[in-house]
Amino acid sequence: MSTIASLDALRARREDILARQKARNGKIVINVSLATCSIAAGGKVALEAMQDEVALNGIANVEFMQSGCMTFCYAEPTVEITLPGKAPVVFGGVDEAKARELVTEYVMKGEPVEGIIPVTYERVVL
Amino acid sequence: MAATTDIKQLRIATRNCGFIDPESLDDYIAVRGYEALAKALTMTPAEVVEIIKVAGLRGRGGGGFPTGVKWGIALSNAADQKYIVCNADEGDPGAFMDRAVLEGDPHSVVEAMAIGGYAIGATLGAVYIRAEYPLAIKRLRKAIDDARAMGLLGKNIFGSGFDFDIEIKYGAGAFVCGEETALIKSMEGHRGEPVSKPPFPAQSGYWAKPTIVNNVETFANIPAIIIKGADWFSSIGTATSKGTKVFALAGKIVNVGLIEVPMGTTLREVIFDIGGGCPDGKEFKAVQTGGPSGGALANKDLDVAIDYESLIARKSMMGSGGMVVMDEDDCMVSVAKFFLDFTMDETCGKCTPCRIGSKRLYEILDKITKGHGTKADLARLKSLSDSIKDTALCGLGQTMPNPILSTMDTFGHEYEAHVTQKKCPAHVCTAMLTYTINPAKCTGCTLCTKVCPVECISGTKKQPHVIDASKCIKCGACYDKCKFDSIIKM
Ligand SMILES: Cc1cc2nc3c(=O)[nH]c(=O)nc-3n(C[C@H](O)[C@H](O)[C@H](O)COP(=O)(O)O)c2cc1C
Ligand code: SF4
Ligand code: SF4
Ligand code: SF4
Ligand code: FES
Repeated sequence: MSTIASLDALRARREDILARQKARNGKIVINVSLATCSIAAGGKVALEAMQDEVALNGIANVEFMQSGCMTFCYAEPTVEITLPGKAPVVFGGVDEAKARELVTEYVMKGEPVEGIIPVTYERVVL
Repeated sequence: MAATTDIKQLRIATRNCGFIDPESLDDYIAVRGYEALAKALTMTPAEVVEIIKVAGLRGRGGGGFPTGVKWGIALSNAADQKYIVCNADEGDPGAFMDRAVLEGDPHSVVEAMAIGGYAIGATLGAVYIRAEYPLAIKRLRKAIDDARAMGLLGKNIFGSGFDFDIEIKYGAGAFVCGEETALIKSMEGHRGEPVSKPPFPAQSGYWAKPTIVNNVETFANIPAIIIKGADWFSSIGTATSKGTKVFALAGKIVNVGLIEVPMGTTLREVIFDIGGGCPDGKEFKAVQTGGPSGGALANKDLDVAIDYESLIARKSMMGSGGMVVMDEDDCMVSVAKFFLDFTMDETCGKCTPCRIGSKRLYEILDKITKGHGTKADLARLKSLSDSIKDTALCGLGQTMPNPILSTMDTFGHEYEAHVTQKKCPAHVCTAMLTYTINPAKCTGCTLCTKVCPVECISGTKKQPHVIDASKCIKCGACYDKCKFDSIIKM
């Protein structure tokens, strides 16, 4: 991989990345918080359960990602799910059973599942 | 979960935490990562310093020193080598803001350190991080390696001629090593003991070269300031404190977690609107800000708009952002004792007021909580606290009495009750508790006799029972068990 030697090169690379991310728009994105706190609370269990449930049900257009702390210690493990064309929703208290339910109910049918964490912040996007 | 509909939080330092993959440089570039560095490299170092000055950013590690001013001092001190250091020691009990930033958005810190390096004329940076943060270390290391592989660290960054690289140094696990002069000693391989200032690190620090030490959260704000501008940043906050502050809400609070709010947000908004108040319908009593160096704020302080000055005016301090909430069941003398126990363990021992003073303060508090305190002890607590504040060498010792002074100030009646009536109003100090049975309420169900570990409750079935106070070990098991509210805890 070549290095990024100028601001123009950085911008070009960003355009590439954004284009790739756009291609993700048709997909279901499942973002699992995996920071020290969330892992201790069972974040990896939630991730594996969801991966397993997605495989069991043969859902093809799911992309998993990990992120850092979602800041909701009181509701760990937390998972953010973005269905195509919909706003991301963060669910808290995702134990193994809840993880599977999120796949079979929310991901597959769009049915609401308990444990939604409301968005109570404004975020600076650069 | 509390019903919070109002948007009270504003995320600048934690803008990417939970939204990007911290192990992906591409994810960071997608959110305009490293553009702030590229932009800074088109300016002169003095211009970068000026932006940070005008933005009004102040240190988030506790002291609140204006970051731009500090950078300006290091810039004006000519030297063949300068250093920029990120303080990721985070030793305040109950604080995890810096860990969250490093685990959730490590590139923002790497990028900001390079910007700082350029601004002061340093080509080398170091992150001093506690070894107890393995995941943060792993992600930070990956961020540094990935940035280097892409030429975003190393030689001739963005073709500007500026060279910069970062190494990781591991903390020795002592609270005092978070103090910048002790941190520098520790980085040099010496014992982590503070040295007196001046000279300040910006004049003579790591290997006696001009060195800037900044906190993780301070750094995390910098790319946003460079991209969005000083005026944008300084439009947020209060007259003297700009931007936001990240707090870790812990203790007796419903929504335990990390929050980020604009400076000037009131404690009431933080504790009730965002934090959801105390669990189980208990009454809010106090919140400790500034950890072991800070003080307890109470009901009367709820409408204080949080900033550096307002908290100091209330005998507390901003600190690094730990907020420990206490409810009606907490005893403030015991809270002060908890923090003194911590500082007594963490004193480095270099100077006498702190080494011996912390022990004496702890002993007096211990005596009070055991029911042996006198009015003279209260006076001694106060005068000893005042002299330690005046004579200790570093911030650890100078601020150690704060938890005592602030709780004596606001909860003086609790101290009084401990020493004059030998009572703990919150029923926490077991030495002063008595358990008795109210004969008018006791139904003689015998349940309590089955849980008492020392079998000191007696009575016949369906008759009022009695506790043998001489044998009772005050475990409270009977109190929790009785269904008829007949056991009195006093
Ligand atoms: C006992 C003691 C412990 C400290 N611990 C930390 C710490 O863990 N992290 C931190 O950033 N600053 C800590 N500080 C403050 C540092 O000395 C220093 O002021 C700070 O790192 C400067 O960065 P800032 O201006 O960005 O806040 C501590 C200070 C004292 C007296
Ligand atoms: S005040 Fe305490 S921690 Fe600081 S130098 Fe003195 S003994 Fe060490
Ligand atoms: S449990 Fe309560 S009501 Fe029953 S015997 Fe003990 S004190 Fe009396
Ligand atoms: S407090 Fe404990 S020891 Fe005392 S009477 Fe109750 S159960 Fe027995
Ligand atoms: S610190 Fe990340 S959710 Fe608690």
